[in-house]
Amino acid sequence: MANAAESDQSVYYVPHNGWYPVVLAFGVMLMLTGFGTWLNETKAGEAGSWTQSIIGFAIFAVVLYFWFGKVIVENHQGLANDQLKRSYVWGMGWFIFSEVMFFAAFFGALFYVRVLVVPWLGGEGGKAMTGEYLWPEFTAAWPVVTNPDPSLFPNPIESMAAPSVTSWASYLPFWNTVILLTSSWTVHVAHSAIKEENRKKLITWLGITVLLGIIFLILQAEEYIVAYNDMGLTLGSGIYGSTFFILTGFHGFHVTLGTIILMVQWFRSMKGHFGPKDCFGFEAASWYWHFVDVVWVGLFIFVYVL
Amino acid sequence: MSEVIHADHHDDHHDHGPDKGLARWLFTTNHKDIGTLYLWFSFLMFLIGGVMALVIRAELFQPGLQFVSPEFFNQMTTNHGLIMVFGAIMPAFVGLANWLVPMQVGAPDMALPRMNNLSFWILPFAFGIMISTLFMEGGGPNFGWTFYAPLSTTYAPDSVTFFIFAVHMMGASSIMGSINIIATILNMRAPGMTLMKMPLFVWTWLITAYLLLAVMPVLAGVVTMMLFDIHFGTSFFNAAGGGDPVMFQHIFWFFGHPEVYIMILPAFGVISHIIPAFSRKPLFGYDSMVYAVASIAFLSFIVWAHHMFTVGMPLAGQLFFMYATMLIAVPTGVKVFNWTATMWKGSMTFETPMLFAIAFVILFTIGGFSGLMLAITPADYQYHDTYFVVAHFHYVLVPGALFSIIAAVYFWFPKWTGKMYNETLGKLHFWLSFIGVNVTFFPQHFSGLAGMPRRIPDYALQFADFNMLSSVGAFIFGFSQVFFLYVIIHGIRSGQKASDRAWEGARGLEWTLPSPAPYHSFTHPPQVTDEEAHA
Repeated sequence: MANAAESDQSVYYVPHNGWYPVVLAFGVMLMLTGFGTWLNETKAGEAGSWTQSIIGFAIFAVVLYFWFGKVIVENHQGLANDQLKRSYVWGMGWFIFSEVMFFAAFFGALFYVRVLVVPWLGGEGGKAMTGEYLWPEFTAAWPVVTNPDPSLFPNPIESMAAPSVTSWASYLPFWNTVILLTSSWTVHVAHSAIKEENRKKLITWLGITVLLGIIFLILQAEEYIVAYNDMGLTLGSGIYGSTFFILTGFHGFHVTLGTIILMVQWFRSMKGHFGPKDCFGFEAASWYWHFVDVVWVGLFIFVYVL
Repeated sequence: MSEVIHADHHDDHHDHGPDKGLARWLFTTNHKDIGTLYLWFSFLMFLIGGVMALVIRAELFQPGLQFVSPEFFNQMTTNHGLIMVFGAIMPAFVGLANWLVPMQVGAPDMALPRMNNLSFWILPFAFGIMISTLFMEGGGPNFGWTFYAPLSTTYAPDSVTFFIFAVHMMGASSIMGSINIIATILNMRAPGMTLMKMPLFVWTWLITAYLLLAVMPVLAGVVTMMLFDIHFGTSFFNAAGGGDPVMFQHIFWFFGHPEVYIMILPAFGVISHIIPAFSRKPLFGYDSMVYAVASIAFLSFIVWAHHMFTVGMPLAGQLFFMYATMLIAVPTGVKVFNWTATMWKGSMTFETPMLFAIAFVILFTIGGFSGLMLAITPADYQYHDTYFVVAHFHYVLVPGALFSIIAAVYFWFPKWTGKMYNETLGKLHFWLSFIGVNVTFFPQHFSGLAGMPRRIPDYALQFADFNMLSSVGAFIFGFSQVFFLYVIIHGIRSGQKASDRAWEGARGLEWTLPSPAPYHSFTHPPQVTDEEAHA
């Protein structure tokens, strides 16, 4: 059913107008101010309310649903010519680049802390006096399981650092790596299924990818539960916990988004969308998925192993 | 707000004019409407930020505490900076990009028109949030526009939470805007418009868009770490937990330094259009202009720590950042040389846009030279956090970025409105601005070198004369921008009809369109001739 209508390829489709963007912006505003109010109320020890942020999020989600729906319908009507589709490709590509830079900020923080801050606090290097004056007892080590001032930032009992390679079989992050790498491959198989016009294969392999994404998220949740309950490793347990949770947390958040996006593509495949020459929605989702996969590899190396 | 799609006559919409009333502005996907929205929004922010500046200058007119409390003074310096950077200068350039880029590359519109509308409409909400913080319990952000931790974390007012979300929203807006500009420039050029034939405004914006894409997410990352430090107990910027407040400065300036080029590269583009037009000569050294902009953009990523020499860093770091910073003077010098060489032996006339452009070249160069002084690490130990720094960055931002925006408005005004502004009023506006800006900021070099710290509501007696002068200049400048508003409205209401080319020396595809430019231009791509390329 793709490209049902004949399209005039020379015309770049410019939609006349629409209410989606401004309502979306309003929803985002409601969501964030509601969340901010909740944060401040909780910090002040009051019982905060989620109502406003949930309404804002609902507006945001509903508008996105209609917006993407409309773009899909327009494409099926043949309004999107090849040039417009190239705009989408550029758009998605550079959006992913901006996401890379978002993670770069957190990776940058991790490297700066590991290479410079912790040694300085431990009394080495150009700022050795920092350590001498502030916490002379503190010894530099990574992972930081003994904080400079444990009365403010309680020490974790242990870190998430990887054991020796021989015992990776019982190391959860290793299996998470296997799962995500496999899912990058399964989404690729689903993509070739589109090229081969094999819908059954597409639905199967895309379904497997979504499933792997969900399993990853469940395992990640399990890891967090263990960290909080058994290891004393929390957001508040010093710089190790801070970097660990912000990196894995935002990655997990992106996996959640990626899984939802893939799920949408899965439902679309069931409805008969996508053809070998017209599958931008699927491709964008799979690029995003490969991106979260690559970030995970970086995480596994620098947060868990090294 | 009809969004009906006629599957069989789907190019119907090209015949549509704008909608009526408010719906036109709320729901528009038209690059010209959105450009207009950006420009008026940025002017509103400019006036609000300007009033804050005048509160600061009124307080500093004399030593002692006159009008406001020190706490409120801090909120004014902070919000003045944030609003001018994120609310006035950046949206004004995005507005110019919206108006000009599609016309200059021969495209029907921006590549992603609905997202274009979203990029704009996020901004009023974001700045609504930010300005509302001033009325919250505990006051608005008071930690300076650079929001250094721990001032912005441990010691911040509660409203910092909303400030953080406002920054997130502005970042999202900038990222979407940049993606749109990149897709438009790389995918929507008319046949024959090769990269090295693109007008320089388009080139500078292409590079600026990449800078934005690379650093706005980093800004989002650093405010997110602040949010976590404030509300979730992390210790990124707290040494007691193994973090480091200096790390905040590194991440912030990794964003912040490219950010200053984000605010000046499109200005370079504008000036590279105006000077050839009024010198009646093609731009001297087009290729080197493109490479210079690209070099500046590259260097902007490896100089960030020159903002923080005094914070303490290894000697090797200080040397590296000092030399890398000085290196920027080379491509910048290429640009100044080329603008001057373009004027050389041209048949020059001095209409308002040209006056602003020439003032840009001279005064921006002054700002560049004081920048070189600041780049020298040992000297910076003396200048750091003094009014010398304030004078430096106001010279590059006010007679730099802002003058280029004003010049652009005068230059393309006839194309946008079909009318010509009143030249006498325009020139009066120029001279008032030129005198105002120099009286305001030139003395600040001296008070800074004499040791006056920035961000203080009261000061020692020996700085009194320079400050009084500065305040007088600030009020002249402030009122001359209200006069600018009058010149513009006067031009729109009773200006004389402009011709299509408007300026005899103007080159570029936009000047081949009628004045005012039709609601939809270049539905089908135009033919690019050598005559109109390289404008």
